[in-house]
Amino acid sequence: MVLVFAESQKGVFKKAAFEAVTYGYKTAQALGTDCAALTLGSVEGAGELGKYGASKVYNIASEQLNAFDGGVYAAAIAGAASELGAKVVILSHTSTGKSILGRVAVRLNAGSVAGVNSVPNVDGGFKVRRGVFSGKALADFEIKSDVKVVSLMGNAIQPEENGAAVGVDALSVDLPASRVRVKEVSTVEGTVPLPEAELVVSAGRGMKGPENWGIIDALADTLGATTACSRPVSDVGWRPHHEHVGQTGIAIRPNLYIAIGISGAIQHLAGVNSSKTIVVINKDPEAPFFKAADYGVVGDLFDVVPRLTESLKKFKADA
Amino acid sequence: MKILVCVSKAPDTTTKIAFNADGTALNTDGVQYIMNPYDEWYALVRALELKEAGGGSVTIINVGPKENDTVIRKGLAIGADSAVRINSNGGSAMYIAKQIAEYAKGEGFDVVITGKESIDENRSEVGAMIAEFLDMPFISYASKMEVAGDTATINRDIEGGTETVEVDTPFVLSAAKGLAEQRIPNMRGIMMAKRKPLNVVEAVAFDDLVVPVHYELPPAKSAVKLVDPEDMDELVRLLHEEAKAL
Repeated sequence: MVLVFAESQKGVFKKAAFEAVTYGYKTAQALGTDCAALTLGSVEGAGELGKYGASKVYNIASEQLNAFDGGVYAAAIAGAASELGAKVVILSHTSTGKSILGRVAVRLNAGSVAGVNSVPNVDGGFKVRRGVFSGKALADFEIKSDVKVVSLMGNAIQPEENGAAVGVDALSVDLPASRVRVKEVSTVEGTVPLPEAELVVSAGRGMKGPENWGIIDALADTLGATTACSRPVSDVGWRPHHEHVGQTGIAIRPNLYIAIGISGAIQHLAGVNSSKTIVVINKDPEAPFFKAADYGVVGDLFDVVPRLTESLKKFKADA
Repeated sequence: MKILVCVSKAPDTTTKIAFNADGTALNTDGVQYIMNPYDEWYALVRALELKEAGGGSVTIINVGPKENDTVIRKGLAIGADSAVRINSNGGSAMYIAKQIAEYAKGEGFDVVITGKESIDENRSEVGAMIAEFLDMPFISYASKMEVAGDTATINRDIEGGTETVEVDTPFVLSAAKGLAEQRIPNMRGIMMAKRKPLNVVEAVAFDDLVVPVHYELPPAKSAVKLVDPEDMDELVRLLHEEAKAL
């Protein structure tokens, strides 16, 4: 059996949960087995995971699981996997997944691969593919242990409906005492977090100063995109650290990445070159970013960006 | 506080990655190695700041071959008191974590810090595994940490925001941007580093459960399609009809 941990926050599934269950379903099909989903704490509409291919949905309802402690979560997931006899455990490569993948693997004495981006190749072994060298290359890993643990990179596959909602079975697993006390969770409301964003508008030093970001925000708002920035811009404090994408920032793979006034240093490209479509706007035709772009606009960003925003408004109004 | 900082060696961030002909290993010709930036800039520097504020010691640990000593000496030059190298050619995340945990278990460290990930493997797995082997709490992606007595208050990066948690020592932490500011070693530090202890310990046996079988470069992009800067309607049309990105 393939067991998928479906992540939720404040009782609501993250997009990563639907991606992970879709991935679990496809993995189970490749292996000729079933896919089950596991939810922790209070979650609304857990049975809906059936639509993405889970033939069973389990819930461990303990109150303790409503706050995140990686040690407790790992014990819950590993405990459930043992009890249900799961051979493959799938997590999401999120802040939660990164906190627990290693723990789950150690507990299950399982080989693990973090941040996989395609369905396992099970032809003579169990091989998964992931990005390495911060997105500059790809590698295939073979997991040789009986039980296997992988985490799925965000936006690597899109959620697909493959079935119907199912009932939820309660599961009980011995949990250790919590050792991490969660004091506060503060998230920006109303915008999609960068790792989950399908549309990203990113800007760099070509903006000349933080006071000029209005045109970037206007473009992002029109598009419904999340904003990002290059390292120099976050280092000098023009933009917050959490917007920094690149090799030493966040690695992302949105459907559309619009890079504005960013030259495209190799370290920046490493974090964004898995984006499906890349648009580069830069006045320097020699900017290295154009070599990595699908579409390029050579021009002054202070003219081009507002013009693009107007064209998008027109497009949205006509749609 | 007695702090252990786990450091790894990685190709310099400007490295153009290439593999050998059969795609089984990195082509190391001309590759310059550095200390993994998250380990050096954030994990090590925050550890040094804690020691400077409240006393204690900072030990750095690396799992790797003798060639890694250069990177380890840099950590000593930046200010670590001592270093340990587990003599090995490395392996899976669990192999590395097992080696570090085996060393750390009898040493009574209050905090074990790793970088949030290495820039070559990007696994983000080792910290959680060390924590599980040592039965300690693990806080990932810390962008701020204050310590009062035996309790640390930590901000960790989560999607689109921050979670603030409290945890008692001993614990394992992974360091993200914001935790500290990069320090450049000075001449005195570099001279002193030569006299600081670098202990070499043999690795314990541990069978890898995961092995890399093939490396390749991403498919090359086709040539960029240039759009007239006066005609953004055309760009929108291409993004909608051709790229299907809108």
